[in-house]
Amino acid sequence: MTDQSEHSRPPMTRLLFVLVPLAVMLGAFVWIASLDPLRGFNNGAPPVEALTVERTILDGSGISLSVRAGGSEAMVVAQVAVDDAYWTFTQEPAGPIARGAAVWLRIPYPWVLGEAHHVNLLTNTGATFGHEIGVAVSTPSATWGQLRLQAVIGAIVGLLPVALGLMFFPAMKGVGRSGMNFLLALTVGLLAFLLIDMTAEALELSGDAAAIFQGSAMVWLAALASFLLLMAIGRWRGNPEGLALAFYIALGIGLHNFGEGLAIGGAFAAGSAGLGTFLVLGFALHNVTEGIGIAAPMLRARPTLWIFAALTLLAGGPAVLGMWAGSLAYAPQWSALALAVGAGAILQVMVEVSAYLVRQNPDRQAALISPSVLAGFLGGIAFMYATAALIKI
Amino acid sequence: MPVDTSKRGREVSSAVETSLPTAPPGVVTEPVSASRRALLVGGLVAAGGAAVAASRAQSQETPDPMAGHAMPGGAVDPYSAHDSGMAHGNMTMVGQVDHAGNGFNPTAMLTDWEVGRTEIMPDGRTLRTFEVEAIDMEIEIAPGVFFPAWTFNGRVPGPALRAKEGERLRIVFRNLGSHPHSMHFHGIHSARMDGVQGAGLIDPGEEFVYEFDAKPFGCHLYHCHALPLKRHMHKGMYGLFVVDPDPARHPEFAAVAASRVLGSPENAEWQELAMVMNGFDTNFDGENEVYAVNTVGQAYMNAPIRIDKSRPVRIYLMNATEFDPINSFHLHGNFFDYYDTGSQLTPTLRTVDVIMQCQAQRGILEFSFADHEDGLYMFHAHQAEFTELGWMGFFDVREAGA
Repeated sequence: MTDQSEHSRPPMTRLLFVLVPLAVMLGAFVWIASLDPLRGFNNGAPPVEALTVERTILDGSGISLSVRAGGSEAMVVAQVAVDDAYWTFTQEPAGPIARGAAVWLRIPYPWVLGEAHHVNLLTNTGATFGHEIGVAVSTPSATWGQLRLQAVIGAIVGLLPVALGLMFFPAMKGVGRSGMNFLLALTVGLLAFLLIDMTAEALELSGDAAAIFQGSAMVWLAALASFLLLMAIGRWRGNPEGLALAFYIALGIGLHNFGEGLAIGGAFAAGSAGLGTFLVLGFALHNVTEGIGIAAPMLRARPTLWIFAALTLLAGGPAVLGMWAGSLAYAPQWSALALAVGAGAILQVMVEVSAYLVRQNPDRQAALISPSVLAGFLGGIAFMYATAALIKI
Repeated sequence: MPVDTSKRGREVSSAVETSLPTAPPGVVTEPVSASRRALLVGGLVAAGGAAVAASRAQSQETPDPMAGHAMPGGAVDPYSAHDSGMAHGNMTMVGQVDHAGNGFNPTAMLTDWEVGRTEIMPDGRTLRTFEVEAIDMEIEIAPGVFFPAWTFNGRVPGPALRAKEGERLRIVFRNLGSHPHSMHFHGIHSARMDGVQGAGLIDPGEEFVYEFDAKPFGCHLYHCHALPLKRHMHKGMYGLFVVDPDPARHPEFAAVAASRVLGSPENAEWQELAMVMNGFDTNFDGENEVYAVNTVGQAYMNAPIRIDKSRPVRIYLMNATEFDPINSFHLHGNFFDYYDTGSQLTPTLRTVDVIMQCQAQRGILEFSFADHEDGLYMFHAHQAEFTELGWMGFFDVREAGA
């Protein structure tokens, strides 16, 4: 048992083996910082500067920007020009902005409803950082009426389609094996569409975040972590099936709808042009498949009405929470993170629904390319793609 | 003066009113790009619009005693025309430039003529000698904004050289900078003295002496003619070169000519100001971030130029703005006569209040505030963009000693 003999060092010795490299590391850092052996590389270049605008608030007192610095040194915002006019501003907190720190810039600028504005931040080195306000509208505030209104929209976006989809449950109940295969494959297909859509969205958002958050790596790693964690939790007591699987799907779709709500809440205040109820209807149609997908794995079970209510809340309710969070505390990196976690969850349910589908068929792998499964999978993707066209312009 | 027009926007129909900025600060987001979510939201916003309108309309039934004035809590109301004591309202830079740190002060530069040293040559003519050095220097062009300039004698614009028609001029130029430089004079001289390649364009550490006669009289300029030209110009290498007319050579306008000879009794009653319109491309993208007259943005807003109203004013104005084809000068509440290039003794334009100059164009403005009320009279480029990016100032017109 050589393994055990290696583990038999006294605790003090092992502690020492940990402390020695730590001490060497500390010493090396102190040495590098004090002697600055890299000064030979100093070529007189100005420091690298980076500023990211994370939030924009427009209200009766003007324009407020939350700005995060990411330069190689602390940065100084020396002047602010709005629409090519230097304007007074205050900074909270004042002073140089440390790397990674965020400040608020308050600019008493009389912005004009419905028009575009361009804010230019000029640092002490003369570098400029532009920020576009595409359509100026007053930023919603956390009033009761505002929150209620957002909840209504969140419900239309999240709860309604899921509930509508679940209402197909009785109709789906009596299908045979190939009908079951079709529905499960349809579920995987629509999930595949959501996975691609969410990942693309998360990566796009992460591109707007400050470099310090390493957007792309953050998105992929968060998705991977969420996938692995949910897989582990799901398989804690055997393969998830029936009701359990339905709840996992609802959770994955719920996370997706939370991300959706975040983006909607954000854009709600950012002044996207009004385009009418047509889009809302398109969205409801687009998301009805979510309810069908949740219902598919529990066709062999006998869920109570309460189960349906719980599934609807779990899958659709987060859209409301997302709406609130998105309009009250939006930052691109957090929205990207939420979407990435959702993408991992979607991947988990895709794997589990596929595994369930395979287990349902005696011929196992062959079932995966049976006409009903292929038709369901491709049909799911096609339906999502086609209805998405309604809400993309 | 640009004015807040948006005040009017508040008084449009109630449907629009509902989404105007009446709400206290909430929090929100970047505009989300044209993704599915963003567009979707458009529809949702529209769908929810009616509800918002209803709730906001109610909240506005209570009249606001502070409407149009200071905001609650003493904050500035950006939509009020009366909220700020200064004529520029909130449209201003924040802070003050450290003129001492720069080593030059825009107010002092207005009247700081470099006359060099003179001696009489054997033939009886005056030999005037200037010494100019090219120096690399970081200057503060707007409060807190530093620009890596190339300068003549440590200032931007360079020294305002002043001579008299017919004098022999000798300019000793030393390049203490890090790049080749020259002095190219707008005047009449030989090709050897032109400041281009092979004619006085010198490397760092070298010296060259330009020599020519001071002619024609007028308001001229000099600038570095090293390549690339745009970079050397906009880094700060330009200055006024004024040649005063010799009254003896212009008997028909002797009095006018005499009034333009620096140091003459006729000249003493005039208030003469040297102004160079310039701009700075601080991020080197081919567009100016800061515009000014005499380098420091809004310098004469913060320190208005004192004008004794009993004395006429003469401005030697030159446009050294790079990247923008033209610049202009507009005087508030008054009109002036304009002598383009200053090379005539009769005005090119009479009774105007805006003149424009292309790059390197220059001229002389003459006006009087004798019959005016005391007060602050604005002057600025009438390209509002330049104005709002720093090129504006005030004349503080008062009686002498008032």
